[in-house]
Amino acid sequence: MSDALTDLYEPLLELIRRTSTDLPRDIDEAMTAAREKEEPGSAGENVFNILLQNIEMSRAGTSPLCQDTGMISFYVHHPSGMSQLAFKRVAERAVAAATAENRLRPNSVDSLSGESVDDNLGAGMPVFHFEEWEMDEIDVHLLLKGGGCENVGAQFSLPDVGLGADRDLAGVKRCVLEAVHLAQGRGCAPGILGIGIGGDRMGSYELAKEQLLRSLTDTNQDRVLADFEDEMFERCNELGIGPMGFGGKTTLLGVKAGVRNRIPASYFVSVAYACWAHRHRRLVVSKGKTEII
Amino acid sequence: MINLQVPIDEKTVRSLRVGDQVSLSGAVLTARDRAHKYLVEEFVEVSQPNDDERENLLRIEQRLQDGVIYHCGPVVKEHDDGRAEFVSAGPTTSIREEGVQAEVIERFGVRAVIGKGGMGARTLSALKEYGAVYLHAIGGAATFLARSVERVDGVVHRDFGVAEAMWEIELKDFVAVVTMDSHGGSLHDEVREASASSLSGVLASMGQAPVDKQQR
Ligand code: SF4
Repeated sequence: MSDALTDLYEPLLELIRRTSTDLPRDIDEAMTAAREKEEPGSAGENVFNILLQNIEMSRAGTSPLCQDTGMISFYVHHPSGMSQLAFKRVAERAVAAATAENRLRPNSVDSLSGESVDDNLGAGMPVFHFEEWEMDEIDVHLLLKGGGCENVGAQFSLPDVGLGADRDLAGVKRCVLEAVHLAQGRGCAPGILGIGIGGDRMGSYELAKEQLLRSLTDTNQDRVLADFEDEMFERCNELGIGPMGFGGKTTLLGVKAGVRNRIPASYFVSVAYACWAHRHRRLVVSKGKTEII
Repeated sequence: MINLQVPIDEKTVRSLRVGDQVSLSGAVLTARDRAHKYLVEEFVEVSQPNDDERENLLRIEQRLQDGVIYHCGPVVKEHDDGRAEFVSAGPTTSIREEGVQAEVIERFGVRAVIGKGGMGARTLSALKEYGAVYLHAIGGAATFLARSVERVDGVVHRDFGVAEAMWEIELKDFVAVVTMDSHGGSLHDEVREASASSLSGVLASMGQAPVDKQQR
């Protein structure tokens, strides 16, 4: 198995290259639609014009969509028997190689000394999430998430008396609106929200971030959450923060939510904010064939 | 769209207002956290600059007098013959420099600071006092904006790392929006206030307690 994993070096390197330069189409389609809503000649409309050009330029060339190539996270679903250690080693090599060829910026900093390393590796870098499943495929979902948007993410512990948020869906909505209002344009709006309801602190954040791996056009299987997503999408855009926080009609391109059980004493709500440059792609390895989606 | 050419004089800068869209050309210096720390420690907090830094100081002064600072940590292609090329060059979050930006503007006579996310009250009052503006670039438009970097003339303190070094660049038609002006205006404050009142409206229509009734 570990030999087979060595063969993943090239596909993983290609996955990083594509993710860094080629934004998923659902996002620029949402942006093209959003542009129509902004006032002609406004700063907001101009932001969309420039961002859409930027997306096309990066897609056609080799330069990273945004210079902050972010925290590198691999979400891996794999059959039993795949060595996670062997996977990590080959993924690390691919990360170092992608950094050497400028698809990733050297972005790994020693938190105590402040020293930056050249190959994007180091303690906790990159991030791996492994999940074994019953299928034969290996599914690698790569997320490159920049700091500007990561920094405006938020977590709430309900009840939140200050916000008037109780332990119910209305309270969750209050938290989401608060997070978007606090973020203003600083997460490089328009953004995409991943919301995690329940879990412990860590699980709640994890769940929120996993929602960001969904397609903007999918519909939540859970009817309650599907309605919640639609309502939050509409309500948050009514705040008028707009692209880059310049004011305008589109503050968010999408809202995705997930739920986990909690223990009676806790009720966490987590909001993960992804900037418009939401770079994520999948590599599917099936019967020796690889495909990047 | 207003064309701005570096060097920028005070009169021009004071004619700019929040919301103006500008297209900037001319010499600019990139500087983010490490560089701001350096500028303050070496040239603001001491009366005499260190001998080793004299040459750097001249270069920096020459660029920044009536000049422009860009909060940017670029991806740079460095060729073997010493030439450098900006591959990816969007703005980085500016608020991290809030503690020292006012001093840097005063010390070097900076007329414009380019970044993203806006800055705080100290910087806003420095813009007013010394005659400068804050220009918000389009966050994440790194490839597009790198095309506006016509030339890399040199680099000061490459040893700070690619992203933290002070790159001496020449911009051509770099697009940005004035979000903080020299009259105390801040688009960030305006949008924050407007969105707070929208938030109250949204909460009311959802049957939730309005913001001002909550214990914030
Ligand atoms: S928030 Fe996103 S678009 Fe903005 S600078 Fe960071 S990675 Fe780039």
